[in-house]
Amino acid sequence: MKFEWTVALRFLREGRMQTALIIGGATIGVGLIVLITGLINGLQGDLIRRTLGTLPHIVVRPPDEINRGQLAQAQGGIGAASAAAEKARLSLPDIPSNAEALASTQRKVEALANTQARAQRLRSIDQWQQLAAQISATPGVVAVSPNVSGAALALRGEADKAVNLQGVEPAPFLRVTKFDEKITAGTFQLNTGDIVIGTQLAKDLGVGIGDKLRIQTARNAGDAFTVRGLFDAGNRDANRRNVYVNFRTGQSLLDLAGGASNIDISIEDVFRAEEVAKALRQRTDQQVESWIETSSQLFVAISNQTFFTRLIRIFVAVIVAVGITSVLVVSVVQKQKEIGILRAMGAARGAILRVFLLQGAVIGLAGAILGSGFGTLLMAFISRVFKSPDGSAFLRLQIAPELYAAAVGISLVFGVLAAIMPARRAASLDPAQAIRI
Amino acid sequence: MSQPILALKGVRKTYNAGTDVAQEVLHGIDLELQSGEFVALIGPSGSGKSTLLNIIGLLEPATSGSYRLDGREVTQLSEDEMTRARLETLGFVFQFHHLLPAFSALENVQIPGLMRDGSYTPERRAEALRLLEAVGLKGAEQKKPAQLSGGMQQRVAIARALALSPKLVLADEPTGNLDTKTADDIFALLRRFNQERGTALLVVTHDADLAARCDRVVRLVDGVIAEDKLIHASAAPV
Repeated sequence: MKFEWTVALRFLREGRMQTALIIGGATIGVGLIVLITGLINGLQGDLIRRTLGTLPHIVVRPPDEINRGQLAQAQGGIGAASAAAEKARLSLPDIPSNAEALASTQRKVEALANTQARAQRLRSIDQWQQLAAQISATPGVVAVSPNVSGAALALRGEADKAVNLQGVEPAPFLRVTKFDEKITAGTFQLNTGDIVIGTQLAKDLGVGIGDKLRIQTARNAGDAFTVRGLFDAGNRDANRRNVYVNFRTGQSLLDLAGGASNIDISIEDVFRAEEVAKALRQRTDQQVESWIETSSQLFVAISNQTFFTRLIRIFVAVIVAVGITSVLVVSVVQKQKEIGILRAMGAARGAILRVFLLQGAVIGLAGAILGSGFGTLLMAFISRVFKSPDGSAFLRLQIAPELYAAAVGISLVFGVLAAIMPARRAASLDPAQAIRI
Repeated sequence: MSQPILALKGVRKTYNAGTDVAQEVLHGIDLELQSGEFVALIGPSGSGKSTLLNIIGLLEPATSGSYRLDGREVTQLSEDEMTRARLETLGFVFQFHHLLPAFSALENVQIPGLMRDGSYTPERRAEALRLLEAVGLKGAEQKKPAQLSGGMQQRVAIARALALSPKLVLADEPTGNLDTKTADDIFALLRRFNQERGTALLVVTHDADLAARCDRVVRLVDGVIAEDKLIHASAAPV
């Protein structure tokens, strides 16, 4: 290969301007790909962070309660009632008595229909400790946090606010939600008697760090709690509604001693949430919901964006490849005589083929390395100049090694692919003719 | 008597064979060259000299007939085998010296070695330097072809043709575009290598004076050998 390398590099050096231009083109192309990828990854990451906020990627809940006997009865009842209603409708002209009959029938139908779906009381997941352990061992799962959550009232003085009480184990909970990033005052400290509330609720109740408030539920007269931390989840409703207490405290307040009403899960790759959820569904008859299901619009928006980004990247790569091809085609024509001499002197067709494939590879590689630098500079520039409304960087500079590795790999492959046609042309030159030019 | 370095028997070449415009340009050539011979191939334009040289140089195949190069039948070789045989057995000197412009004189001379061995070896480098010195280019080793005169370029080309010590060197109008004095020098150089190294030479030329200084003159007319005469006793043992 030494011969091929020597000749390839020398040919590239000889065609200075051409080589510089095409490497410049490849640099811009790769830079653009790096930039677009970085930009979209950054934006999507941001979008997911902002929209999903502190929501877990997957939630496991107990299945809905359905009373089967009652359900059948309700269905039979509806049948009878609607037959009665139909009869009533047919005899509609006799207005006074029949109208009354119709109304009563409708009431009956409604009553029966109402029994169809049972009120879902707060329940614990069956065998949740075992399930949580199983989930932890599932590939792709990063953290698992069993919680209890339910309705409660927050009281202070004259004020009372309906809140969503969450009992959590701080360590696993923070691993799942990274909630500590949202704390604006105090800490996420949850010993018995501690509570963490949102900034909005704090304002509504007029409390600050160290102040006390009372939490009460339908089943428990409640307790006084000391505010240890305030959070801003980036969502006013969450800031007003969600309060966090110790897991055990939550269990006793919600009358779920030893139970967990849901298991929150965070996973490595958020886009594989549905796959992981599916795997979990096969193992348990609990309800498993991924964010992809619950925030399907966001997911569709993101996957469309990903698709179009990919399309743009492919087109850029193809344009660069076409550029490399055309430069090499010209180079083959320019170097016909030299190729002829080399062939006459005894260079095999394969060697000539490799000389040009190597040139494609070198251009691709040089473009990839320079382009990675160029793309990074562009990203750095954008993250410095463009700011979000809140003053933070619009794009976080992400130096992802995989991105650069992929840029180099793809550029190398495209460089070689681009060189195939010119290389074959060069290799098929007839030396007897080429040396006569 | 050693076996001939080159033996053609009944070699014919037809272009566009099998079509309406089929044209036979060589009508049965019989030619033998002994190692160490210095032979001129002369003939008018269109006589088939270039075609014959291409066939001998394994740059194109004969349509029929037999060709043994250094004792080996080469008419049935594949393209890659012919390429290999060119590299190992033959040296070429072209009319327009055909050096690689991107490489220095020294590198040009080392290219055949690089092709064969896949690396620059110190021995090859020393040999290349010796050859450049022998052709009178000591001191110009690092110069690019464009920095050398036509005669100097042709000297580099001769050094390159001899780099792998081929048994047969084919020279196509090696002095064709040089002035008389330079042409004389180049011819003398070829003669010197022929005598010192015993390299057989087949030189295509238009120049009757130069042809007269060879050991043997083969005249090709209309695709047949019209004349083949020994004019000097060959320097090398036959």
